[in-house]
Amino acid sequence: MRHGKYPLIVTFLVPPVLLYVIFVVSPYLQAFQISTTDWLGYSAEADPVGLANFETLLHDGRVWNALKNNALLLAIVPVLTIGLGLFFATMLSMGGRKGRAGVTGVRGTAVYRMVYFFPQVLSVVIIALLWKEVYHPNSGLLNGALRAVGLPAPTWLGDPRTAFWCVLAVMVWANVGFYVVLFGAAMSAIPRDIYEAVLLDGASRWTTLRRITIPLLWDTVQVAWIYLAIAALDGFILIQQMTNGGPNFSSDVIGLRMYETAFGSESKFGYASAIGVVLFFLTLSVAVLALRAARRDRIEYS
Amino acid sequence: MTILDKPASEGTAAGDRRASRDRKPRRETGAANVFSHGFLLVWGALTVLPLLWMFLSSFKSDGEILSDPWGLPGALRFENWARAWTEAHIGRYFLNSAIVVAGSLTLTMLLGATAAYVFARYEFRGRQVVYYLFVGGMMFPVFLALVPLFFVVRNAGLFGTWTGLILVYAAYSLPFTVFFLTAFFRTLPTAVAEAALIDGCGHFRLFFRVMLPMARPGLISIAIFNFLSQWNQFILPQVLMQGDDSKWVLAQGLTALAVSQGYQGDYSGLFAGLTIATLPVLAVYVLFQRQVQAGLTAGQLK
Repeated sequence: MRHGKYPLIVTFLVPPVLLYVIFVVSPYLQAFQISTTDWLGYSAEADPVGLANFETLLHDGRVWNALKNNALLLAIVPVLTIGLGLFFATMLSMGGRKGRAGVTGVRGTAVYRMVYFFPQVLSVVIIALLWKEVYHPNSGLLNGALRAVGLPAPTWLGDPRTAFWCVLAVMVWANVGFYVVLFGAAMSAIPRDIYEAVLLDGASRWTTLRRITIPLLWDTVQVAWIYLAIAALDGFILIQQMTNGGPNFSSDVIGLRMYETAFGSESKFGYASAIGVVLFFLTLSVAVLALRAARRDRIEYS
Repeated sequence: MTILDKPASEGTAAGDRRASRDRKPRRETGAANVFSHGFLLVWGALTVLPLLWMFLSSFKSDGEILSDPWGLPGALRFENWARAWTEAHIGRYFLNSAIVVAGSLTLTMLLGATAAYVFARYEFRGRQVVYYLFVGGMMFPVFLALVPLFFVVRNAGLFGTWTGLILVYAAYSLPFTVFFLTAFFRTLPTAVAEAALIDGCGHFRLFFRVMLPMARPGLISIAIFNFLSQWNQFILPQVLMQGDDSKWVLAQGLTALAVSQGYQGDYSGLFAGLTIATLPVLAVYVLFQRQVQAGLTAGQLK
């Protein structure tokens, strides 16, 4: 029966592999090579300099500053997003406790899910531009409300003390809805009778969440952790569109630093690739760490 | 909101059950329920308010926007929309995005489905290596490839062309598409395929006539996922489509609009542009929300 399978394998596999090798694999490999050169821009001259770029990187205050911001994002965004996501998902799928009906969702669950998911379908550019206007010191939605109740109106994105946190808030805002739906889908796979049993045993909501829901959702939470960690190491579009790293580099991130180094006023391609390589290893180690740290025995119910 | 907490005695069935249980299941007080439902409402408002504000502001005059951010528009000024559509060329960029995504999505699905099918259903030498080559691409940040990719595309004569964007979008969508669809093809029963082969069906016909229709749910999920990520793509066009602004995609057009709004003070035009870009995506999402949510979350759960 296996006669003639090779024509199919070849026709089906060669075009995607070609496309992938040309546009994805080869650039990645070249990036590692370029990172060891002093290639400046569009000239053909690129001399190998070994690890000199990485040495410069170690003493580059701006890179460290950007990395510090990424570290903050990494420490805060996943915790906040997963926390809020779990909280809302729990409320939606089992918030309504009517005693006799067992465990059900609150009223309007479908509407909440639909609305919470809105930011996920919008382009990050639209989210960034919209929130930039929301934070606008004069005509923004936020300061409009603050002025209406007589509070002082900060400049938000214009203030080095607040700019970074404003963008962080938008990052959480944009992500929570997705995880509400993701956790909600995972929760609906948990058998209802488990909840009804603990309910009869008199468990409070918090105990139910901590002792039942989270252990059973652990795989999903772990995946969420990795995705959010990778997103926290990026943050490029939001930062570039909302603050462009400013004011005074207070909201800079490593992705923006790399973009500016390569495509900004100076085109230090060698150095930019070195930043890219560092970013790659950071992403890789964060993903591996998240997998390791979150490893637990898998619970299966039949 | 207290309706949620109907007393259990209202139900007739609850009456006799209550007698037989020694410990009362914990029921939240009305206050706790209002409290938690309040959080749900607050988050819903936080999600909707900026979008609603954007929509309403697109009808306001610049004066109204600046003087009263929370006010309603005095009249339905569709001329703002017309100005964004024609002068800021949002209409053209919209069409450009549609052309690029139509091309890249078709290519992604075709190449992704054929490659995944081969990985899932055929044994051949080196299969694992090629498969992991594809799937490994999910681990790499796009940033790392950005600089070399710019030159790969330029050297291929595809810089600033839609063809270039289509090929690059498809190439970068392949890792996840192949990963997802391979898992999906593996879940399909083998008996049908074997029966078809015994009946003399060729390998190609088997794929197009039997396997593809069977894989429909998986194909729809991943197509929605790819559509949104390609439609919202920003970094790739920003690097690969510099210069000729008549070929820009929507995300680039919006950032350009935001920049020009910066010095012209055309706030209403910006809001109109953002609204035009948002409404179709939101409308499609609301219509197909079940599929969209399933498509976007299914990938993460696998």
